[in-house]
Amino acid sequence: MSHLLREHAPLTGSDWGMIDEEARSRLKVALAARQLVDFDGPKGWSYSATSLGRVTALAGSLVDGVTGAQRRVLPMVELRADFAISREELRAAERGAEDADLEALDEAALNIALAENVAVFHGWEEAGIVGIAEASSNEPIPLGDEANQYPGPVARAAERMLRQGIPRPYGLALGPGCYRAVVETTDHGGYPVFQHLTEITGGPLVRAPGVRGAVLVSLRGGDFLFESGQDLSIGYRTHDEDAVHLYLEESFSFRVATPEAAIALTV
Amino acid sequence: MGFDQYHEPPDELPAQTRTFARMCASLTEEAEAIGWYEQRIAIETDREAVAVMQNAQGEEFKHFAMDLEYLLRRKPLWREIAEGILFQDGDIVARGEEAEEEAAEDIPGTPDEAPSLGIGGLR
Repeated sequence: MSHLLREHAPLTGSDWGMIDEEARSRLKVALAARQLVDFDGPKGWSYSATSLGRVTALAGSLVDGVTGAQRRVLPMVELRADFAISREELRAAERGAEDADLEALDEAALNIALAENVAVFHGWEEAGIVGIAEASSNEPIPLGDEANQYPGPVARAAERMLRQGIPRPYGLALGPGCYRAVVETTDHGGYPVFQHLTEITGGPLVRAPGVRGAVLVSLRGGDFLFESGQDLSIGYRTHDEDAVHLYLEESFSFRVATPEAAIALTV
Repeated sequence: MGFDQYHEPPDELPAQTRTFARMCASLTEEAEAIGWYEQRIAIETDREAVAVMQNAQGEEFKHFAMDLEYLLRRKPLWREIAEGILFQDGDIVARGEEAEEEAAEDIPGTPDEAPSLGIGGLR
């Protein structure tokens, strides 16, 4: 039995099926970082740290003539988002209702995906994670106020990456506001900005909740490393007469191996 | 190159499941190679050739074991059943039946033995 204690929840197999499927469909849309970075794992809940292959020399010595060094690791961080499902809604679903209210689950899924995106793109200082935008060795490029101006700065960013030997294709993570503007806008010649940007990057444009502005990233692999301990899972917390209390949970680490393989585009 | 390891449309499968299927295909190929070397060694009369093939077969033993361990790490129920059978004395079939029964007792009504949502990478 895993620590998720799913077996203890007063839920039938079909309840779990519905809940898992709802979570899966919501998460896949919102997990923008996973659409652009390397994913390794899952290594399991008991996996605690990513080896960095480096050591820190220890000052002093226990015995003359013997030196010491300590391995450096990046500890896994845990994300958890609690939510509750109404038992009345579960009973309705069992009777065949197609519109069971799973709003709290949807919100928890969006929130945990948002947190993952923020950690990957902008970092999480307390957890020792440096995000892609902050790790980038390139000066940020202003994106401009209007979406029809975006192709210029994105093309400059792509050119800068090429000059540094980072080949296409690139992926462009766009914050929700920028993404919407891109989808809605045509440039001066009437050409859709979405299409224009896709031709510049050679890779996908990804709607990325949590991203401020946009981030252009290399897609060649080996540059941005997301290591999953326990991949996103749903566990059981408790239940009462009215609701079953559950949670979404994952553990992961993230690190940037090639700081020049990304450029932040600011608004 | 064929993509026979997929029984369902690959586009509809999560990345984790595609990797799992690749490793299952790899495990099968290693087992086949072990069987082929066994046959070649059985009929080979050149002692030096036999030594080379025995060495090669040893590599396949290692590959098979690594593939199997990878898969068992991702399927706790499979691991639990395997632990009841592998490296045990006694009747293999009886061990198998017992291991299956014990594993089933430990996971009553579990909708899926791998509790993750199976999202994995999305590139």
